[in-house]
Amino acid sequence: MSADLSVILPEAALSVFAMAGLLWAVYTGKDRAAPTLLWATAAAFVVLALWIGWTGSGTQRAFGGSFVNDGFARFAKVAILLSAAAVLLMGEGYMARRGLLRFEYPVLIALSVVGMMVMVSAGDLIVLYMGLELQSLALYVIAALRRDSVKSTEAGLKYFVLGALSSGLLLYGASLAYGFAGTTGFAGIVAAAAGAGHLPLGLLLALVFLLTGLAFKVSAVPFHMWTPDVYEGAPTPVTAFLATAPKLAAMALFARVAHDAFGGAAGDWGQIVAFLAVASMFLGAVAAIGQRNIKRLMAYSSIAHMGFALIGLAAGTAAGVKAMLIYMAIYVVMNIGTFAFILAMERDGRPVTDIGSLNQYAAREPTRALAMLVLLFSLAGVPPLLGFFGKFAVLQAAVAAGMTWLAVAGVIASVIGAFYYLRIVYFMYFGEEREPLDPVRSPVLSAFLIASAVVMVVGVANLFGIEGPAAAAAETLVR
Amino acid sequence: MDNLVSIVTFIPLVAAVILALFLRGDDAAARRNAKWTALTATTFTFLASLLLLAGFDPADTGFQFVEEGTWIFGLRYKVGVDGISILFVLLTTFLMPLTIAACWDVEHRVKEYMIAFLVLETLMIGVFVALDLVLFYLFFEAGLIPMFLIIGIWGGKDRIYAAFKFFLYTFLGSVLMLVAMIAMYVDAGTTDIVRLLGHRFGSDTISLFGWQIVGGMQTLLWLAFFASFAVKMPMWPVHTWLPDAHVQAPTAGSVVLAAILLKMGGYGFLRFSLPMFPVASDLLAPLVLWLSAIAIVYTSLVALAQSDMKKLIAYSSVAHMGYVTAGIFAANQQGIDGAIFQMLSHGFISGALFLCVGVIYDRMHTREIDAYGGLVNRMPAYALVFMIFTMANVGLPGTSGFIGEFLTLTGIFQVNTWVAAVAATGVILSAAYALWLYRRVVFGDLIKESLRSITDMTRREKAIFAPLVAMTILLGVYPSLVTDVIGPSVAALVENHRAELAEAAPLRLAQN
Repeated sequence: MSADLSVILPEAALSVFAMAGLLWAVYTGKDRAAPTLLWATAAAFVVLALWIGWTGSGTQRAFGGSFVNDGFARFAKVAILLSAAAVLLMGEGYMARRGLLRFEYPVLIALSVVGMMVMVSAGDLIVLYMGLELQSLALYVIAALRRDSVKSTEAGLKYFVLGALSSGLLLYGASLAYGFAGTTGFAGIVAAAAGAGHLPLGLLLALVFLLTGLAFKVSAVPFHMWTPDVYEGAPTPVTAFLATAPKLAAMALFARVAHDAFGGAAGDWGQIVAFLAVASMFLGAVAAIGQRNIKRLMAYSSIAHMGFALIGLAAGTAAGVKAMLIYMAIYVVMNIGTFAFILAMERDGRPVTDIGSLNQYAAREPTRALAMLVLLFSLAGVPPLLGFFGKFAVLQAAVAAGMTWLAVAGVIASVIGAFYYLRIVYFMYFGEEREPLDPVRSPVLSAFLIASAVVMVVGVANLFGIEGPAAAAAETLVR
Repeated sequence: MDNLVSIVTFIPLVAAVILALFLRGDDAAARRNAKWTALTATTFTFLASLLLLAGFDPADTGFQFVEEGTWIFGLRYKVGVDGISILFVLLTTFLMPLTIAACWDVEHRVKEYMIAFLVLETLMIGVFVALDLVLFYLFFEAGLIPMFLIIGIWGGKDRIYAAFKFFLYTFLGSVLMLVAMIAMYVDAGTTDIVRLLGHRFGSDTISLFGWQIVGGMQTLLWLAFFASFAVKMPMWPVHTWLPDAHVQAPTAGSVVLAAILLKMGGYGFLRFSLPMFPVASDLLAPLVLWLSAIAIVYTSLVALAQSDMKKLIAYSSVAHMGYVTAGIFAANQQGIDGAIFQMLSHGFISGALFLCVGVIYDRMHTREIDAYGGLVNRMPAYALVFMIFTMANVGLPGTSGFIGEFLTLTGIFQVNTWVAAVAATGVILSAAYALWLYRRVVFGDLIKESLRSITDMTRREKAIFAPLVAMTILLGVYPSLVTDVIGPSVAALVENHRAELAEAAPLRLAQN
C-alpha cells in the first residue's frame, strides 16, 4: 500500500497543496491572498516538474495496475506542469486589472492539473474517467469565472453541456468495454482483444465511443464545435490555459488509450484517427480564414494543430507517438508565446481581439512584432522555425507507416492554413496606420513572448534535447 | 579553414543579428550605419567566397570543403560545394554587395531592410551549399519569409496581393517536395545528398489508385520535386506569380529575385531531379522540353505587349529560364553547361536590367514605358549601360547571353530538333521586345516635359553597374572561366546519368 502511495506522491502532494491553499486563502485575506497563492502555485508546478523530471525512472504500477507511472506519463506531466505554470504567471496582470483574480483561480488550475496528471497516468478506465472529470469540472468553472459577462457565462455553460455530453459518450464506451472485456483495466482489455488483430464487435463499439469522447476533449473535427465559442468567451488567460495544458493532456490520454488499451488493434483505430486528423486540419485551416477575432482564430488554429498531432498517432508506431509528443511540446510553447502577445492587446485599458487593430504594430513595437512574426511563421510551419520540425516529425512518421496520402493531405492543409497566419503578419507590417493599441507595460508578457520566439529559432539546433526523452517515452508506451 | 563554407554562409546572418541587437534609433546616422554594416558584411562574404574558389579543384568532381555534424531526427548538418554549386555561391556573394549599394537611397525602415537582405543572403547561399535534403529544404523555404517581407513592406502599390501570391504559390509548390523528401528518407534511410546520389530509387511500374505509373517511385518523386522547382524557376504555366512579384517588389528585391532566387529551381533540377531520378527524368524530358519551348515563345510574345518595364523584363526572365530547363533536360554536356552558363549570365543581365529600371524609376517614380522617350539626350551614360544589357539580353555575340543561349540550343538540338527550332525563335522574339523597349525609352526626341530636368547616373550608380558590365563582357568573350570550373562535374553528371539509364533500360524493356 505504501508502495502504491509513493507512486502517486506528486499528485497527492499537489492535491494537498491545492486544498491547503484554499483553506489558507479563506482564513486569511480571501482575494487579497490571490497573487501570493498564484505565485506559490506556479512555483509548486515548477518544483513538481523538476522533481518528476529528475527523479522518475522506470515504470511503476500502483493500485493493481490502474495507475501507471512510466516515461510517457512523466514526459507529459513535466510538459503539463511547466506550461500551466507559464500560463498562470502570464495571466496574473490581466486577471488582476479586471478584478478576476480570485483566490479560487490558482486553486482550480491546480486541481485541473492534478486531473491531467491522473489522466496521463491512467491504467484503468475508471481512473481515466476520474482524472478527466477532475480536470474538466475545474475548467468549466474557470471558463465562467467572469460571472457578470454574458459571453463568459455562455462559454462556461456551453463548455459544460458539451463536455458532459462527451463524458457521457466516453462513459458509455467504458461500460461497453467493461461488458465485453470483463475488466476496466487497460491490460485486461488488451488481452481480450489480443490474437485476432481486429476487435470483436462489442469492443469495437466501445472503442468508437471512447475515441469520440476523447476527440471532444482534443477538439478534433467533427467534435470541435465548442472550441471557438469557449475560446472567445472565456477570459483570455483562461483561453491560454485551455489551449495549452489540457490539450496536451487530452492528446497524451488519447495515445494512452489507443496504445495501452487497444494496442493490438491499431488497424481499427488508425483509420478513425486518420479521419479525425484530416478533417481537423482542413476545417481548422479553412474556417480560420474568415476570422477577425484573434481568439477565435487561435481556436481554429488549435483545431488544425490537433489534426497534425493526430497524424503522428494515426501512424500507430513508436515513431508516431514520439512525433506527437514533440509536436505537442512545440505547439504548447508557440501558444504560450502567442497568448502572451494576445494578452497584451489592449486599447484604453480594454482587451481588443480584432486582428485589424494590429495595423502597423511593427512600426510602434518592432521587437514584439518581430517575436510575433517568428511565432506566426512557426505556427504556419515554415522552416527554419521549430514549428516546421514538429510537422516534419509527424509527416515522417506517417510516411514511414505507409500513410503517404495522409502526409500529402497534411501539407496541403498547412498551405491553406499559412494564409491566416500571414494575414496577421500583413496587418502588423503592411497595414495602414489606425488608432494604436496601448503600449505594453507588462514585462512578464513581453518576456514570455520573446522567450518563446527565441525558443522557436534556437531550438532548431537540437530541440533542447527533448528528442531523446520523447523517444524514450514513446518506447515505453508502444510495445 | 576547415569550415570555410559555413563561414561564407553565416557571415551575413551574424551581421544581421548584430544589426538587430545593437543598432538603435532611426536617425540619419543609424541608417547610414545600417547600410555600411550590410555593405561591409556582404563584401566580406564575397571575399571569403573568393577563397573558396581559390581552393577549389575543378578536376575533382566530388564535393569539396565538406563539413559534417549531427543534428536532430537523424538529419545531418552537412555542407560543401562541387563544380555545379560553387559558381552559384559566387554569383550570390558577388551580387549582394551591389544589391545593397543599389538600395542606398531607401529611407523607410532601413535597418529592417538591411536585416532582411542579410538573412536572405545566408539562406540563398545555404541552398547552394546544403548537402542534406532537409537542410536544403530549410534554406529553400526559409527564403520565402524575408522575401515576403521585402515585397510586402517596401513594395509598390499592389504589394499585398503580390506578396501573398508569391508566398502561397511557392509554398504550395514546395510542400509536396517535402513529402517526397520524407519518402526518400524512408526509402534510402538517409538524407545525406551525397549518399542519395548513389541510391537507386525504384523505377518499376507501380499501380496507384488504378493508374499505372510508369517509372514507379522515381516518377512520383520527380513530379513532386518538379512541382516545387517549376514554380520557383518559374516555368510556364506556373509562372504567373513572377510578374506580380517583380512589379511590386522594390528594385533591390527584384534584382535578388531575378538574379538568384530563380536559379534555385534550376539548381534543384541539377542536384536532385536529373541525377537522383534518371529514369523519370528520361521519361518526362519531352514534357519539360516542350513546356520550355512554349514558355520561350509564349512569354516572349507576352513581353512584347507589356506597357510596364519591370513586367516586360520579368516575362523576358521567364523566357530565358525556358532555355535553362530545356538545356538541363537535354541531359548532355552542352545542354547542361549551357544551362548553368545561362543561369549565371542571366543573373548578371537580369539583375542589371532591373537596376536600370530602378535608376529611372527613382527619378520619375513610374515604370510605364510611355512615360519615357529620348533619354539618350539627357542621360548618355545610362543609355550606354542600358544598351549593353539590352544587347546581352538579346544574346548578342560577345556578351554572356550569347554563350548560354547558343550552348543550350546546341544541346537541345541533339535531343529534339523540333524543340530546338521552336526555342530558337525565342532569340528573334527577344530581340524584338528588348530592342523595341530600348527604342521607346531611350531614343527619339525628348518631348516629354517631365523628362527635361532628368539627370544622368550618379557616381554610385556607375560604380554599381561597372562590375556587372565587366562580368557580362568578360564571360561573353572568355566563357572558359565558367566552363572550366563546371565542366568536369557536369561531365561526371552526364556520364552517371547515361550509365544509370543504360542499367535501367533493359528492365523497362522486359516489362513491356
